[in-house]
Amino acid sequence: MKVLLKSALLGAAAGMLLAAPVLAGELVINTDTTDPAPKKAFEDLISDFEAANPGIKVKWNNFDHEGYKSSIRNFLTADAPDLANWYAGNRMAPFVKAGLFEDVSDVWKENGLDDTLKSAAASMTIDGKKWGVPYTYYQWGIYYRKDIFEKQGIAVPKTWDELKAACAKLKAAGIAPFAIGTKPLWPTGGWFDYMDLRVNGYEFHMDLTAGKVPYTDPKVKAVFAKWAELVKPGYYVKNHAALEWQDAVPLFVQGKAAMYLMGNFAVDVMKNGGLKPEQIGFMQFPEITPGLPMAEDAPTDTIHIPSGAKNKEDAKKFLAFLAKPETQTKMNATLGQLPVNNKSEKPNDPFLEQGFTMLSNAYALAQFYDRDASAEMAKAGMEGFQQFMVKPDNVDKILDKLEKTRARLNK
Amino acid sequence: MANSATIALPDVRTTTYWRRNQRRLAPWLFLAPGVFMFLVYVIAPIFQSIWISFYDWDGIGAKTWIGIGNYVELFDDDAFYTSLQNNILWLVLYMLAVPAGLFIAIFLNQTVTGICIYKSLFFFPFVISQVVVGLIFSWFYAPGFGLFYLFLEEVTGTPIAILADERFVTYGIIAAGLWPQIAYCMILYLTGLNNVSPDQIEAGRLDGAKGWRMLWHVILPQLKPATFIAVVVTVIGALRSFDLVSIMTDGGPYGSSRVLSFYMYEQALSEYGFRMGYGAAIAVVLFAIMMVFISGFIWRMVRDERSGG
Repeated sequence: MKVLLKSALLGAAAGMLLAAPVLAGELVINTDTTDPAPKKAFEDLISDFEAANPGIKVKWNNFDHEGYKSSIRNFLTADAPDLANWYAGNRMAPFVKAGLFEDVSDVWKENGLDDTLKSAAASMTIDGKKWGVPYTYYQWGIYYRKDIFEKQGIAVPKTWDELKAACAKLKAAGIAPFAIGTKPLWPTGGWFDYMDLRVNGYEFHMDLTAGKVPYTDPKVKAVFAKWAELVKPGYYVKNHAALEWQDAVPLFVQGKAAMYLMGNFAVDVMKNGGLKPEQIGFMQFPEITPGLPMAEDAPTDTIHIPSGAKNKEDAKKFLAFLAKPETQTKMNATLGQLPVNNKSEKPNDPFLEQGFTMLSNAYALAQFYDRDASAEMAKAGMEGFQQFMVKPDNVDKILDKLEKTRARLNK
Repeated sequence: MANSATIALPDVRTTTYWRRNQRRLAPWLFLAPGVFMFLVYVIAPIFQSIWISFYDWDGIGAKTWIGIGNYVELFDDDAFYTSLQNNILWLVLYMLAVPAGLFIAIFLNQTVTGICIYKSLFFFPFVISQVVVGLIFSWFYAPGFGLFYLFLEEVTGTPIAILADERFVTYGIIAAGLWPQIAYCMILYLTGLNNVSPDQIEAGRLDGAKGWRMLWHVILPQLKPATFIAVVVTVIGALRSFDLVSIMTDGGPYGSSRVLSFYMYEQALSEYGFRMGYGAAIAVVLFAIMMVFISGFIWRMVRDERSGG
């Protein structure tokens, strides 16, 4: 009786093993794409994938954006889906190190992604392996009011001195040179990234965010000395510590501030605020140390296979589909962002086109301070940047505090 | 007869133990579900938290035992002292809710037409969610369009963005917290005032007491139970202040409005946190502070019961 039962079970198991690849089946995907554009992009992606792969049924769980950050930790350990979206760089490191993401180097190899997704390859690699597939990114840079620049007779600044001169001119005209809202902290990360990338360059910035360089290093102090040249004369909007990043957009729209260092997603908000496209200009962050190759911030969104996934075979098919140039063209047209695949069609939105050119010629891409640095360092760091932007004289105290955090994290 | 006795016998046997101990057992049976819940959801997590506070753990990876390492770090952490200082500020200033609530209650304890409407208007802030209170106050303080900001601009000429200024931010949040807390204390005192015995007031009047002396010597002693509850809920409210900080400033600017409960959340559960051990250590410290107050309250209650009983 016992033997019979055992063999029956074995038979059933074998049958399931045999049947699985043939019948394919259900593919579970968890995302946090609840905003209208990302939601639409994923709806299309999923239905296109199902059309291309009859027999695979996709089950899609869409989470609230904020809640996702903690729920991903739960579902990766407890009840893993077959696919989940997340971010590149150090943001995915804790999951990779905890063995919660599957190595997908084979998907990259089989589909020649090392070539087509080249710009994001470095940020998808940990310990020499690839851990997911990127599908979109967007550029950061300075958005400025073309009409105000014209009225004040300011040419687009290309160097640090030109930028400072432009700021002085705007300030004298009663316009705050830069809009920013630092309540959510991360906008300060963009500023630090660019200051460090332009003063010390990409390699130093990566070493710093990886925790290899102390924050009390003279090179870091040099960054803050340069930054102080904008902070001390009051070139940022007042009371920025009480503002969300969106709260600073009306100041830009009303012409109370003339420039905004932001990601491309801000353009939509500016247009909704009542600005005509021809009023908004985009420029690359100016050069500070002459001759230094220019690296840019371009945060990348990605999809991963959890190591606890049940249907890894189909999940890999999905990643291969996601990496295709035409998939990324279509998705990013909906998202209003840039495709990572360099065989994709160029976007026809003027800002994206500018961004596409800038990023394709970039020396290297950083992910953003809170994705390149570890989460704890990022929090402490951005708090320090915010404090610096309010009290620039405390710089030494702030850097000592950051160094204390860095030293603890890199023991 | 003999037959029926033998049949009834086992029945009697089974019921006697129950019958004999019914009065002793019944309360425990009624308490059982509550005790069970309390053990599983309150007592056990307390010990778990203390246990976790000795580990370095990110919530998904392996735990490493570091002994009192988290506590050593905590006592060298500026952010911890800022939070502690703010918590003390909360405790002290939140106490204003008790006298303020008492005076509004006395003021409203009269029979005028429409007093019900006034009472419910005063009670209103307690009914709306803390999140809404936080939002209303952050608009109130908002630079550029906030009423308070514009008022300061009008009066002093140099407006202050309360929530962006490390000197005032905690006061700004406490003021927002006081608004519903005063309403809560008021309602406690209003019910208390209903039970003030008219005989004693009459007797006091005959002896020539009025005004402050009447309040102090006749009314307040009778409101003692209400005062006790008001103090307890206010202390606990001050110590677990979290939602307002989270809504209004997120602990900012640069962490100057953090309180212990918010710092704990930030370290253990927020986007940039996930240091479970460190968060648990903060929770243990907060728990120790609360225990001082709670055991004080319990000791008082027991004493009152004994002397009263």
